[in-house]
Amino acid sequence: MRIVRKLAREPFRARMNVSPGEAVSSAPPFKRNRLRWFSLIGVCVVLLSAVLFSLSFGSKDIALGQAWVLLFFPDGSVASTVLHELRVPRTHMALVVGSALGVAGALMQSLTRNPLADPGILGINAGASLAVVLSVALTGMGSIRIYLWFAFLGAALASVGVYLLGAAGRQQVTPTRLALAGVAISAALSALTEAVVLANQVVFNEFRLWVAGSLEGRSYDILLTVLPFIALGLLLALALAPALNALALGVEKGRSLGVNVRRTQVLTITAVTLLCGAATAAMGPVGFVGLAVPFLARGLVGSDQRWVFVLSVLLGMAWLLYADVIARVIVRPEEIQVGIVAALIGAPFFVALVRRRKIPAL
Amino acid sequence: MVKHAGAKRGQTGSSGRGRSVGTGCGQTGSSGRGRSVIRLGAVSLRFERRGLFVMVLLVLGILAVSLASLLIGDYGISFDEVLASFMGTATDRLVAFFVMDVRLPRIVAGILVGAALGVSGALFQTLSDNPLGSPDIIGFTKGAATGALVVIVVFSGGTVALSLGAIAGGLLTAALVYGLSWHRGAPGYRLVLVGIGIGATLGAVNSLLVVKAPLGNAEMAIHWMAGSLNASTWNEVALTGAVLAVLAAVVCWQYRALGAMAYGDDSAIVLGVRAERSRLILMFTGIMLMSMAISLAGPISFVALVAPHLIKRITRTAGTALVGAALMGSLLVVSSDLVARRIFAPNELAVGVVTGSLGGIYLIALLAFEWRRRRQ
Repeated sequence: MRIVRKLAREPFRARMNVSPGEAVSSAPPFKRNRLRWFSLIGVCVVLLSAVLFSLSFGSKDIALGQAWVLLFFPDGSVASTVLHELRVPRTHMALVVGSALGVAGALMQSLTRNPLADPGILGINAGASLAVVLSVALTGMGSIRIYLWFAFLGAALASVGVYLLGAAGRQQVTPTRLALAGVAISAALSALTEAVVLANQVVFNEFRLWVAGSLEGRSYDILLTVLPFIALGLLLALALAPALNALALGVEKGRSLGVNVRRTQVLTITAVTLLCGAATAAMGPVGFVGLAVPFLARGLVGSDQRWVFVLSVLLGMAWLLYADVIARVIVRPEEIQVGIVAALIGAPFFVALVRRRKIPAL
Repeated sequence: MVKHAGAKRGQTGSSGRGRSVGTGCGQTGSSGRGRSVIRLGAVSLRFERRGLFVMVLLVLGILAVSLASLLIGDYGISFDEVLASFMGTATDRLVAFFVMDVRLPRIVAGILVGAALGVSGALFQTLSDNPLGSPDIIGFTKGAATGALVVIVVFSGGTVALSLGAIAGGLLTAALVYGLSWHRGAPGYRLVLVGIGIGATLGAVNSLLVVKAPLGNAEMAIHWMAGSLNASTWNEVALTGAVLAVLAAVVCWQYRALGAMAYGDDSAIVLGVRAERSRLILMFTGIMLMSMAISLAGPISFVALVAPHLIKRITRTAGTALVGAALMGSLLVVSSDLVARRIFAPNELAVGVVTGSLGGIYLIALLAFEWRRRRQ
């Protein structure tokens, strides 16, 4: 186990097959660490700006300074009410769900060693939403306490399915093939979801926004219901980081380093299920967040999963908040669903990733 | 995962039952089993008996479903009344109206749309050498829908403008997808992935267009987006039919080239085909076919993907079965439309929803089988 910890600290060296003493990177270790801390601070600043924008922009703008003051000293004015009744809950929701989606993407990418893995692209969100829609159609009840469990069930089935497609079997599956399988699954599941929704229009009257992914009008009740599960998922992800670091060397090497491969896989899928199921139950299927966020995080801090997860939490929050701000201002005074904006900015990112000559396996 | 056709090429002939999903693979025909030849003087026609049998069955199926669609409905019509309406001797003018001006154009529209989508899917799957390379997966359908939506939302255009918009959208999307995925030579799988990304972006753009539309146009846009044969009129059907006839002629002209290109561009060139030119012509034709279908009925998903797959499974043919794909597409759309009309009667579902869910189930089953075989 000690060597695993050592590797967890220096996965980059281990991957280059260099013994820990030798210098491999152009940046010496202390500089590398300092860069990571700088990135962390930078991302925090970006996140803070996103929170401020989210409080300030909307169908009725509140000046940044005024929003800041009203946040701590509510004065009963219209602006203050809007801020505390609408914008603050919405921002909380985006923070929680965004972190879940970002880390779920990072977990999937690390487990499948595939930079194209994303809960949206691989159909996990679609599985969760199909299960939710089915449960609402069958029981006629739209309570999050009931359909949250269906969301977990759907997400679990979809993640196991995708993982079997992607990682089982004799030959190593290329990133491309896994992505194609995921896209096929997710297209199929969303078509089924659409069918159920269109066939039960009355039941889904209040669900229309949810189907495309929306943060509008989500109550604290919903937030508090999903919060424990997302927190559990995030903790699980952090606890799994060292094992995933070792598995990044390949299953065989990971096993020889003392990692219980099967347990790691099961726990990772559990964490992904918790995060995606809860996020989808809360705001509907939103894709492409988990694709871009881990990619950016790796670009900033390298391949150490512990850092990648921490940064994915922050970047996921910021990404979703910015998407939500754009969704609010792009068709003022109306607003569109955040899922649409997430696809609008995330899908070109996917194209750019795919266009690179060779998609490297992680 | 759906198999890569290229990897299968070495195993011609030996591939057993149900293993002929991929494009351009199958029997070499050296055995000559299961084939018949008709000779009339200098003209000879060779065909596969199984394929012919399947096609006859498909035609019968289409006729049966069409007849059922004429008879079944909220307003019940008997067989005699249908016959009388066809002869123009119906006593009840309401019956004649329902048969000739409501149900029949709808059925014909379904047949045309299905055939166009089936052929378009078969063309793209062959040209991209990839069973997933059909226009609904690689985003062309979404692009055509974007074009049509722009016409509806921004210009409030009519039928012809809608068709032109869909064609323009489809062509631009294809140019974009190919341009972005071209990297020294044939794009292969990158084409599909880039297409998926572009498709997702355009899907978001479509939702945005619907939200931004003024109220009257938005209703029309939402209705159209679901994909429905509901409002088909003879005028639209005639227009689409005429264009599709021209496109069918183009496909016949290039049919031989397509067959050669299924074995790769190099082989095609050796066989005397101008591969690049044929590819461009066929691609343009495929996009036109798909766009015409979309402008008539809205985006009807998965038919272009599933019809060529199914026909290959059933007939176990080599190469591309264009006629079979057309018939299979028609059968799929016409029967899905009947299901869509009746399953929640008197409420009507959009046909696109039915094809979407059926196609989705088919795709999942396909992937599951593929996975099980890979495990073995």
